[in-house]
This record gives sequence, C-alpha cells and structure tokens, in this order.
Amino acid sequence: MLGLRPTSQPSAKMATYVQTPFGRFCREFAESRLALLGLAVLVGVMVVALAAPLLAPQNPYDLAQLDVLDGKLAPGEQSMGGKTYLLGTDDQGRDMLSGIFYGLRISLSVGVMSTLFALGLGLAFGMVAAYFGGWVDTIIMRIVDIQLSFPSILIALILLAVFGQGVDKVIIALVAVQWAYYARTVRAAALVERQKEYVEAAKVLALSKPRIVFRHMLPNCLPPLIVVATVQVAHAISLEATLSFLGLGMPITEPSLGLLISNGFTYLMSGKYWISFYPGLALLITIVAINLVADQLRDVLNPRLKK
Amino acid sequence: MTLAHLHSVRKMRLMSFICLGFSILAITSSVAKTKAREVSIGLQAAITSMDPHYHNVGPNNSLVRHVFESLVHIDENQKLVPGLATSWKALDDLTWEFKLRKNVRFHDGSPFTAEDVAFSIKRAPNVPNSPSSFATFTRSIADVKIVDSHTVIVKTTSANVLLPSDLAVVRIISKNVGEKASTEDYNSGKAAIGTGPYKFQEYIPNQRVVLKANYGYWGGEEPWDVVTFKMLTNPAARVAALLSGDVQMIETVPTADIVKLSKDAKYSLVDKISNRVIYVHLNQSTEKSPPFVTAKDGKPLDKNPFRDLRVRKALSMAINRDAIVSRVMEGKAQSAGQLLPEIFFGTSKKLKPQKFDPDGAKRLLAEAGYPNGFQMTIHGPNNRYINDANIAQALAQMYTRIGLDIKVETMPSSVYFTRASKLEFGFMLLGWGTESGEQGSAMRSLLATHDTAKGMGVTNRGRYSNAEFDKVLSDALVTMDEKKREAMIIKAAEMVMADVGLIPLHYEFSTWATTKGLKYAARTDQYTLAIGLKPTK
Amino acid sequence: MFNYFLRRFGQSLLVLIAMSCLVFLGVFAIGNPIDLLVNPQADEIERVRTTAALGLDRPLYEQYLTFLKGAASGDLGRSFVFGVPALELILSKMPATIELAFFAMVIAVAIGIPLGLVAGLRPDGLIGRGIMAFSIVGFSLPTFWVGLVLIMFFAVQLGWLPSNGRGETTLLFGMPVSFLSWDGLSHLLLPALNLALFKLSLLIRLTRAQVREAVLQDYVKFARAKGLSHGRVIGVHILKNIMIPIVTVIGLEFGSVIAFAIVTESIFAWPGTGKLLIDSINQLDRPVIVAYLMVIVTLFIAINFMVDLVYSLLDPRVRLGQSSGGGR
Repeated sequence: MLGLRPTSQPSAKMATYVQTPFGRFCREFAESRLALLGLAVLVGVMVVALAAPLLAPQNPYDLAQLDVLDGKLAPGEQSMGGKTYLLGTDDQGRDMLSGIFYGLRISLSVGVMSTLFALGLGLAFGMVAAYFGGWVDTIIMRIVDIQLSFPSILIALILLAVFGQGVDKVIIALVAVQWAYYARTVRAAALVERQKEYVEAAKVLALSKPRIVFRHMLPNCLPPLIVVATVQVAHAISLEATLSFLGLGMPITEPSLGLLISNGFTYLMSGKYWISFYPGLALLITIVAINLVADQLRDVLNPRLKK
Repeated sequence: MTLAHLHSVRKMRLMSFICLGFSILAITSSVAKTKAREVSIGLQAAITSMDPHYHNVGPNNSLVRHVFESLVHIDENQKLVPGLATSWKALDDLTWEFKLRKNVRFHDGSPFTAEDVAFSIKRAPNVPNSPSSFATFTRSIADVKIVDSHTVIVKTTSANVLLPSDLAVVRIISKNVGEKASTEDYNSGKAAIGTGPYKFQEYIPNQRVVLKANYGYWGGEEPWDVVTFKMLTNPAARVAALLSGDVQMIETVPTADIVKLSKDAKYSLVDKISNRVIYVHLNQSTEKSPPFVTAKDGKPLDKNPFRDLRVRKALSMAINRDAIVSRVMEGKAQSAGQLLPEIFFGTSKKLKPQKFDPDGAKRLLAEAGYPNGFQMTIHGPNNRYINDANIAQALAQMYTRIGLDIKVETMPSSVYFTRASKLEFGFMLLGWGTESGEQGSAMRSLLATHDTAKGMGVTNRGRYSNAEFDKVLSDALVTMDEKKREAMIIKAAEMVMADVGLIPLHYEFSTWATTKGLKYAARTDQYTLAIGLKPTK
Repeated sequence: MFNYFLRRFGQSLLVLIAMSCLVFLGVFAIGNPIDLLVNPQADEIERVRTTAALGLDRPLYEQYLTFLKGAASGDLGRSFVFGVPALELILSKMPATIELAFFAMVIAVAIGIPLGLVAGLRPDGLIGRGIMAFSIVGFSLPTFWVGLVLIMFFAVQLGWLPSNGRGETTLLFGMPVSFLSWDGLSHLLLPALNLALFKLSLLIRLTRAQVREAVLQDYVKFARAKGLSHGRVIGVHILKNIMIPIVTVIGLEFGSVIAFAIVTESIFAWPGTGKLLIDSINQLDRPVIVAYLMVIVTLFIAINFMVDLVYSLLDPRVRLGQSSGGGR
C-alpha cells in the first residue's frame, strides 16, 4: 500500500526498481493482504467451478439423478434413497451443493466471457472514435447512442426471444448490451487524453496513428475502464440472473447461480430460504473476491498512482 | 401498510354516516383495517378495460361482473342461474324466449328493459379496436325480437344448445348511455353504468380498480362499501401485499406459499377445482420424426412415434401424476383422466387418471419398436399455467426413467404459443380452461380433426385425427336433448381417451387466501368476485 | 452552437427511425400477438377479424409505413391490449417512473459521492474499507433479490413500510408526485432504495477512484503547498476535477435507471412505464413497446445532450463541436 499514499517516501520504492516488471507487479499486488485473500478465494472458486463434476455429489443436470419426490428437502435432511443433502434440495430434488458448484461454472464463464468480448469491442470502437473524430466518430457514437437508448433488458429480452435459450446466446446478448457502455467510457477518457502533451509529442514524432492510439493512449484510458469492467463482471452475472428471473436465458434444467436464485425466489417467503440463500451467498463470495482482486490490480496498474 | 389512500380517507368520513347501522359489524369483525367496510383484493392479471364488451378474457369478464350483469348468471360451480332474466326456455330448435327481471334499475336510475338487452347483444360483437371480441358468443344469433318491455325472443341461425351459457358472458349495458359511448367512456367511468351490485368509481390501467356499493341493488345489499382491486401480477408481490396487510384477499396463491399460509392462523385459504386441465399434445402432423424428436444418436426416425397408440399410451403411463400433484402443485391440483373434472357436464365417471406404471411403459415402447427409447425435447411455457416450468421438468425426470433422452425448453408465453400453433414442437405442455363448463366444446377445440373452416379442432396442436370419434362428437354437438347429448359426449370422451388423443395431467385448483374473518365462496370459473367475499360474522 | 444542436437533432431523428424499425422486426420475430390476445376459446372467424382489426394482416413493411406516417403527426398507434393511444398510455405512466428514477438517483448521488469521497481520501482506513465492502455487496446482488429481501424485512417483518404500489399523489407543477405526503413517500422509499443500490455502489467506486487519482495530481499538491484548508482543497479542487467523469456516468445511468426500473417496478407493483413495458412485451403489444422506446430514446438523447453541455462547462478543454465529430 506504500505507493498509494501520496506523501510516502519514495526511497522504499526506488530500492526495488531493478526487478523485472512482472516481479514488481507481483510484489506490489501482494502488498495488500485483503487482495491476496480475495485472490485465494477466487482461485478456490475457480477450482470448484472447473472441477465441479469431480467434487459435486450429484450431477444436477442429469435428470435421471433427480427425483421430484426429494424436492424441497431442508439442509441436512435425508432423501427417500437415504442420501443426505448438505444444503438441501430445490423444488426438483436437485442437490443444492451440486447445483451451486455447477452453477458457479456457468455464471463465471458467462460473466467473464461476456465482459471480455464486450470490453474488447467497446475499447476498439471507443478509441477509434475518439482518436479519429469526424465521421468515424459520428457513426460510431450514433450506433452507441442507439444501443444505449435501448434498455439493456429489452435488447437482451428480444435477442433471447429470437435466439432461444443457452449459454452462448446469453453471452451474445450480454455482449450486445454492454459493449456500447465501454465504448462511451473509453471515448470520454480518450477525448481528454487526446488533448494531453504526450499525445501531441507522439504526433510530432510522427508515430503511426494506431501506435499512438493503442500504445500510448490506451494504457492511460485503462484505469476508469478497469473500474467499470470489474463492476460489469458482477453486473453481467446479475443481469443474467435477472434475465432468468424474467423467464429467458439459461435452460431451466441447467441452472446458473442466477437461475438457482430466481427459482428459490418464490420460496423465500415460505421459509424455504436455502433454495435462494445459498446460491446468493456463493454469488456474493465470488463477486466480492473478483472485486478485491480487481481493486488491487487497478492500483498496481495505474501509472499515475506510482510516481 | 395502510389503506388510507386519498379517496378512501374522504370516503371513510362519508361512509361513517351511511353505515352507522353496520358499525357494530365492522368493529366485531376481526378484519384488519376495514373500518368503513372497505376491502382490497389483489388480482394476478391486469384489467385491460372497463368496457364489458371490449376484451373477452377471464380477468376482464370477472371484474366487470360487479358493475354489469348478464341475462344468465353462473354460480360457483358453473351452473346457470337466473340473472337479469328470471327464466328462459327453447321454444324450438332455433328460438329461445327470455323473461326479464322487473324493477331493476341502472346506476343512473333508469329502468332496465328489453331494449337494453337487444342493444347489448348488438354492440357486444362490434366494439372497435377490440383485441378479442364477444362475437364468438353472439355468432349463432340471427335476431333479437322485443316482445314486450320484459320479454325477448332470440332467434338463432342454427341449433345452439349452448345459447344460455353463451349469453352468460355477454353483459347488459344501458342503451341510452351505450349508444353514444366509446370504450374510453367506460374506462373513464362516464359510461360505466350497469345494474350490478357495485358502481364504478376509478380505473387506472395496470394499477387498480375502485368500486363502491350500489345500495339500491335488486339482489340485496353487499357487505362492502368500497372495494379496491389491485393488479399485482408478480406472485411474490401479491403474497407480500397480503402479509403486510395492504390487501385482505389475493387470488392464485403461489403454490410455494400455500403450506405456510395454511398453517398461519391469521389467514385462511380456500381452493376449488377449476375448469382448467393441464395436458400434453403430441405432434402427429408429420409422417416421419416430428420436430425435436429423434433417435438417440440424433438421426431422424423413419416414422412418427406419436402416431403409434402404444407410444402415446406409454408416455401417459410413465407419468407419476400423484407426484406432480403432491410435490409440484403442493396438493392444489387433481390428477386428470379427461378434459374436465367429474362435476362438469359431459364427463365420464369411468375415465380415471392413467395409473403410473413405468415398467408397463417400457414394455409398450419396446413393443412399438423403441426398446432403447428415443430422444425428445419437452416444450412448455414458463409464465402461463401454475408451475408450468416445474411440471415440464418433472415430466422430463419421469421420462428419463423409462429410457428416453429428454431435454426441456421453457419460454415465455409470448414466444411459446405462436411457435406451438405453427407446430414447431413435438411434445407440448399446454392447458385448457373450458369456459362453457361442458366437455363437448373442449373436445371440439382440442381433439376433433383440425378443420378451421368448420370450426373443428381449431386448437388441436397435436393434429390428432380419428374419424369415428369426429362422427360421434359432431352428432352430439347438434343434439338438443340434454340427456341424449350428454350420453353422446361421454361416449366420445371415452373413445378418445382410450385412444390417448392427448395426455391429460391434472386439473388446476384455483386458490384464494384471505385474512381471518373473511370467507370467499370459491368458484370453478376462476373468477375473483367481491360478491362472493363475506365477513364470517 | 446552433449548428451543433441542429446536427445533433438530425442524428437523433435517424436514431429514432432506425430503432423503431428494429423494434418492428424484433416483435415480429418473437411471436404473433393474436395468439395471446384472442381468447383461446374463440373460433377462426374471430381470429381473422382481430388480425384485420389490428392491421396485422398486412405485410410488415406496410404496417411500418403506416406507423411512420402516424408518427410524423404525433400518433404512435393504439395499444392492442388497452385500445387507447399508446403515447397517452405511456405519458400517463411516465411521472411515476421519472419520480422513482429521480428519487433513486438522488439517493445514489447524495449517499454515493460523499461516501466515495471519504473512501478515496482514506483508502486504507477502517471506514474506507467498510464503505468499499458495502459497495461490493451493493452491486453483487441482483436487483430483484434485494427487492424481495427489502419487502420481507421492512414490509412483512417490521411492518414499517408498504410492500407495493404508489401512495397518495399531489400535483406539483401539473405533474402528480408522491413524495410530498408521508403516505406517498412511504410507498416510494423501498422501491427507490432498491433501484438506487446498484447506482449507489457504482458512484462510490467511481468517486473513490477519481479522488485517489486527483489527490496525486500536481494541482492538488500545489494547493496543499499553498496552505489552503483541507476542506477547500477537497471542496473546490478535488470535487471540481472529479466531476467530469461522474457527471457523464450520472447522465448515462439516469437512462439506465429508467430502464432498470422495469425489474423494480414489477416487484413493487409500482405503476410506472417499466411495468407497462414488461406487460406489453409479455402481451406483444407492439404499439406500446415502440412508443415506449420512442419516448425513452427521446429522453435519453436529451440527457446525453445535457451531459455534453455540462461537460463542456466543467472542462473547457472539451469543446462541443468535437464531441459530435467536428474534428479539430
């Protein structure tokens, strides 16, 4: 956390300046114990998600293993077959623990994939618009305007209604919903950057346009983007849950965390809290971990925070 | 938390004068916050208009019943009872005579006469912009003759045994008012003048309808001064509104909350079997593989398995209906063996729900040439019927146990029904509420050979076709004699159910929850009426 | 300035046309409204009649042209379901949504920016971390889930606030608002909080990030070196400089708040446009969907325009002509 305090002595930093950039990055990242904890949890969550088929006591997507007669068992209760369900079962007799493991897998991949694609798309369009200006900017920003003037839910709703259900379709819908947002944020940041001396300098040096845009301006536009992107991973996961809540998105037999939560939603009031609560908890832990890591990443990566 | 909306506060003062005599009743009843004999009811669907002839859908037909009445009324069990007509009879195959009730007045004080009846029947099918008109109910009518001020003769173009039940849905409006009124005038209340026990006070789309008592009602006074219907389409919001005291009654209690509410002494729950059956249509329209049905390796089948009675029967036997009823529906349903529960007209006492027999189902599949099963996708809506998506999943579980490979795809009804009508699915989960309350009309829509020109099998999405059954059914539909007709309908039903023309699953129960101290007379037609809601003391 | 406005207006018109076209195709792709509107018991004649009455029997491009012709004269068509002019229907529901969104935004700004400021100035303190932890929780949970928990807790368990609906309204400048009476306010509180939570968290994070960068900038160091009071440094120098991105985001988010009100409105049965939209999508009530989007897009373009204006006021380096592609 040393580098974060504006008034801290620069000498401590100087001493380690000789390391490789990656080594320095790791060291600086490790300065926050909270971030390390977040990283540990995130790695744990990812391992669980990847190894779900090995860890889960049941394959919650295999209908032959479910029995509706075992539905809505409370945590710790025994099924008719004598099995004990640690976190109870949902209304279809799906083991909640297994459901959460598998659900994590889907939610994470949906959140991360859609954010990456959207970020890439938004970044490219935003930078291009800001740098080139003129009609390129006009066209891109008008498309962005169209995009942003649709309520995101409505775009996703229409897209999913047309496409049908499935992980890939949800990712497409989420990318379509989010890319414009990045484009606009990048453009706003880049517009300010473009006025700065170093860009002028680069131009004087007759560097190529793409080089100026992607090597020089891009890194300086990143900090606000990282903030937005971390928020958006969480947002993507929760938007996916909302779509499931509205009846579109994941197939009901292969629930994501979001779908598990919304399935349990109907039972919240009747005291069967576990159907909604535990997936909610898993979602919360995952997102908090992502954000702890991302926060520290941003601090470390921000060129202006370390002088 | 509190009911004190602006209007109700004002109303309360006014009411305290009017209902001094009832104040003791109001105090002793343990109903929370109903000082001025007010009650709020949470509805599950939006009311789209206050014009009784604008939109022919259940929620509208139910709500306008408070303000407007019909010649014939429908009681809790869907039996016809006298309404604005005191009696009716068929003079011959094409002629009906209705004797009208005397000394009935509209809310504006004008008397109710035969003129109003003739006018209403004329207006009902011809409302501009109507998204679903009442023409279906008046199509058989050739002419309405006014004999005297309180007698009308209705002539039909062909024998229509269902005319009285058709007219039960057509509300009577005042001719004087209606002649100059548009749908907007009914929504604003200007023209919403009927003969019913409640008068219009306020209608805000997607929000609420407020009614006040019509103290001069011919049928005697109602127990409420002000009734507010709130449109609470989200089930959880509806329950929350009841629990927090915002409303005193809700309809369609989510099954998830039924156990809890029935245990809670502060609320009481009533339910009644409804006229809605949940069933499965099997797409028999194709020679070869129907949509979404293939061999296990994904290759198309060389013939349509659903055209084989053994397969249809196996698919019915594999269903554990009791498990669906007890677990998915929390007991608020009844296993079905035909299209309507036995209390209705034209239902067979012999048709019991198919027994659960997975081994027998496997044997039948093997006999039919599918010893290793096949692959299919179950399609169903996820916001139309009670727990529809869960039923689809439960079915999937049961079919995997007889060796089929099953996928489930559920979707909003806006997408689902269009695709289902285009026969884009193989195995379709559907529901049907028989508003007429007799099985002949249900079979005519769902099972008769598809022929839109004749109006037969209009909603037959399975394209099941059985000439022998068609013959018995169409003969039954034109038989005027009640007894004979019922026997023929029963015969047709027994034929088609033995042939598994479709797979009935269960009859939905309609449920209502009220705060303690109120009692609702539950109805089979799923209507929620303040008219049936009474304090217990 | 005038040129800029004119160009912006022309572009916006194109946006509106492109969008209405997309919606027409989108709704067409989803399904046929007749399947939902007409009573399933009705016969084929009735279906044909309704199809014709609603103009759905004509080819799609013809329907679209009819719509454009009407739209040019301010008529956006009649709702299939309610039979009243769609625009009228939406405008009658608009005040409720605007009030909810505005109130939510006020909550988000009033709480989010100060908290973000504190967290940015004291990033390592207990309070700063606590605020960040709260913000993480705030945007982690899906809106609908939070909504239900709020109802469970405040309405059902504690009985402090009503669970749904809009309370008593009073007219303010001709617009019915509900925050002027306790009954109205009590109805408004929970949904507004529900809707604000996500934006609140976003604002906290954004403000914090901006503040942390700002305190390192030379002008802040310089101001400090000059011996300006702590309060003045924060109030004048830091706040003014972090406002640019924050105003952008607030502007952008206001639109998305209105859109996200869909979920909140449907849980709290708040009688606004969002709920109307969801119902209309479920019913495939195309005229209402299109009209809703037209109104929202118009509103949105107006907001964007204002954001750009405020932007140029706050940061003299950004000139209006440039943001719309004037080049240099």
